Amino acid sequence: MHVELRDIRKYFGHVKANDGISMVLEPGKIYALVGENGAGKSTLMKILSGYQPPTGGEILLDGRPVEFHSPADALAKGVGMLYQDPLDMPPFRVIDNYLLGRDSRVRLNYKDARTELENLAQRYNFHIDPNATIDSLSMGERQQLELVRLLAGGAQVLILDEPTTGISAEQKEILFESMRKMTREEGKTVILVSHKLEEVQELCLYAYVLRRGRLEGEQELPCLNEALVEMMFGQVPQRTRRPAFAVGEPVLELQDVSIESYQLNIPNINLSVRAGEIFGFAGLEGSGQRQVMQVCSGLLSPTGGRVRLNGEDVTGWSFHRRQRDGMGYVPAGRLEEGLVAGLTLTEHLVLARPDKKFFVDWKANQVEMGERISTYQIVGRPETTADALSGGNQQRLLFSLLNTPLKLLLLEHPTRGLDVRSADYTWQLLYKRREHGTAILFISADLDEIIEHSDRIAVFSGGVMSRVLDTQSTTAEELGHLIGGQA
Amino acid sequence: MENAQLIAVLASIILQASPLIIAVCGEILTERSGVVNLSLDGTMLMAAMTAFVVGLKTDNIWLGFAAAAVIGAIFAAIVALGSIRLGQSQVAVGFVLALLGDDLSAFLGQNYTRMRGVSVPHYGIPVLKDIPVVGPILFDHDVVVYFAMALIVVTWWWLNRTQPGLKLRGSGERPTAAFARGVDVNRLRYLYTILGGALVGIAGAAFSLDVKIGWSDGHIRGTGWIALAIVIFGGWSPIRGAFGALLFGATKALATVLQRAFPEVSVVAFNSIPWILMILVLLAVGSDYTERFINAMPRGWQRPLRRVLRVSPPMALGTPFHEG
Repeated sequence: MHVELRDIRKYFGHVKANDGISMVLEPGKIYALVGENGAGKSTLMKILSGYQPPTGGEILLDGRPVEFHSPADALAKGVGMLYQDPLDMPPFRVIDNYLLGRDSRVRLNYKDARTELENLAQRYNFHIDPNATIDSLSMGERQQLELVRLLAGGAQVLILDEPTTGISAEQKEILFESMRKMTREEGKTVILVSHKLEEVQELCLYAYVLRRGRLEGEQELPCLNEALVEMMFGQVPQRTRRPAFAVGEPVLELQDVSIESYQLNIPNINLSVRAGEIFGFAGLEGSGQRQVMQVCSGLLSPTGGRVRLNGEDVTGWSFHRRQRDGMGYVPAGRLEEGLVAGLTLTEHLVLARPDKKFFVDWKANQVEMGERISTYQIVGRPETTADALSGGNQQRLLFSLLNTPLKLLLLEHPTRGLDVRSADYTWQLLYKRREHGTAILFISADLDEIIEHSDRIAVFSGGVMSRVLDTQSTTAEELGHLIGGQA
Repeated sequence: MENAQLIAVLASIILQASPLIIAVCGEILTERSGVVNLSLDGTMLMAAMTAFVVGLKTDNIWLGFAAAAVIGAIFAAIVALGSIRLGQSQVAVGFVLALLGDDLSAFLGQNYTRMRGVSVPHYGIPVLKDIPVVGPILFDHDVVVYFAMALIVVTWWWLNRTQPGLKLRGSGERPTAAFARGVDVNRLRYLYTILGGALVGIAGAAFSLDVKIGWSDGHIRGTGWIALAIVIFGGWSPIRGAFGALLFGATKALATVLQRAFPEVSVVAFNSIPWILMILVLLAVGSDYTERFINAMPRGWQRPLRRVLRVSPPMALGTPFHEG
């Protein structure tokens, strides 16, 4: 099926998630849609699969303009989407899950459905037991089932969102082979949304690159990874000269840390962050940097290796114990993980204080919060609830709640979603912390930010950490190489 | 105990359990779609009172049942409206309705207490009722009992063997996925909440017009909560739910027998037997121990055993759904 997107726009308030994207997708080809988190990939694919209507623009299927009223409507017109977490029914049997919504007859025809399911599965070399329950299947098998369901529903255009996360190598091979078959032999159109550039290069003929809601470029594949990375991140600027800062003793040390999870194996991380140093983790989302950060904070236990804080072995310590020992942590999900939506700023302060008194002196805390509000320039009052604050102010609130002094500060995407002024202010605060000898370790998807602010950088790719780079002597090309997974 | 006596006890357990079974099936339909209707106790009291009064005034039991179904549907519609349309807590709305129904039925029914009214006719099924032992236990009853029996089968069939049943379960398990397959989740939730409520209303009428004829203040107070507990106990399955209702009736009958055998023990002690049994089963089903027990069994048995023993509520139970 020939697909054309014309000037697709999707606005959420002031945020332009998609800002005039046009692309053409021809039958019989596998396309890649790449871009950093927040570039607008999911929004665009949700529009193409009927989950949300665009604010403006047009979708043409085989030259005819169409409008999708729901995902089911989109599938009926030929577009199906496989989500990273497949939209199936975990407690159902495979066959029931397959049948749900299949037709409108009241009685279920198990016999025909079983034959149909088995034939389709066989065609793509999938192995699915129709009587198993879905929650007993692996992620790869659930994907296979969902693909079969979409194909049976008449999908001519298939969108796969990060399909290789959490599946085994063999299942990945089967999946790729099936995608090749669908396009080469059956003339379907396949779109692969992925962060993993090696896979994109291996499988796709053509890539569309999104950046900040716009189509940044398109590219025949395979090509050099740097070409894609450059489009994804933009030109990586050379960093502005910053006064050198004398760093002190090692604060955080990782020794042979390894982490195993069903998604990713991260072997042998060795790292040392010193007092007064700013250390950046770069890499495409999902390359392992988040897990390493969580091991540093105590939210995740490593499968091997030691973690040391100020020379003391804290490997077995809980998050709270490390916090009491001078660690601060600012998570990416400000309202989800960092703050409690319905509590006021003063109540947050009371919760954050290291001394846990049974009776709370509300007056004193109210005054204290008032002072912190002016110090940290938060637009809000002590009795405002956290969810009423804007993103930038929530970030400032999180900073204001950190205890002083801190030996180690861990941050995930410290300026994500903030406007330029708030982002600048955030970094001012961080520099002030550094002057007091706090070691700062942060993750960012924004390469500009990493280059601008880190003293040293480690790049993650597929769970492997590069050697540690000194920012002064690192070139943009070098970073591009490493992010693309080429050593 | 004489055989005839035993047969009479078994037949009475089935009769007593029938209204409970009807309410349980209704609530299962509602909860499987993802909505909790906690108002059952108040709904059944209101329905029982209304059915009795309407039956008395019109001298027609069927009008009594119809009025009760309408009352049940209205209470359920308030829960549905509150949670689906207004986004209020289902638990809070249902709970307050339960209290409201209790007091409102006492107030509206105060002039009709302890009166003689109409009741459901007895109808033994020809031929079947003459089968020895089984006949008198199963087939020599009032229509309410046959309705309950049929409802178990129909509800099970609807849930497990039909396309609308799959859509119903899908809405309660993972509404986003159901929506992706073209299901109008909220419309369907309205429908089954109201249908379930109507059945709960009929269950209330089955008490005041058949099993516990008449009306008095607090007539069947507590029964709605029992039905809610049995829905959980029965793992949201009509067959297991019916089994739970019967087991509940049987332990109550057992309590009566034990009471006669040990007159020196307080009645209250025996009355708590069904609850103790129920809490033990609730704690056991779905626990780690059950899983370990299943894993220790031969391979071929594991899947069927797991299906019988492992219970989990509909995943999206009690949570609102928004499209897109």
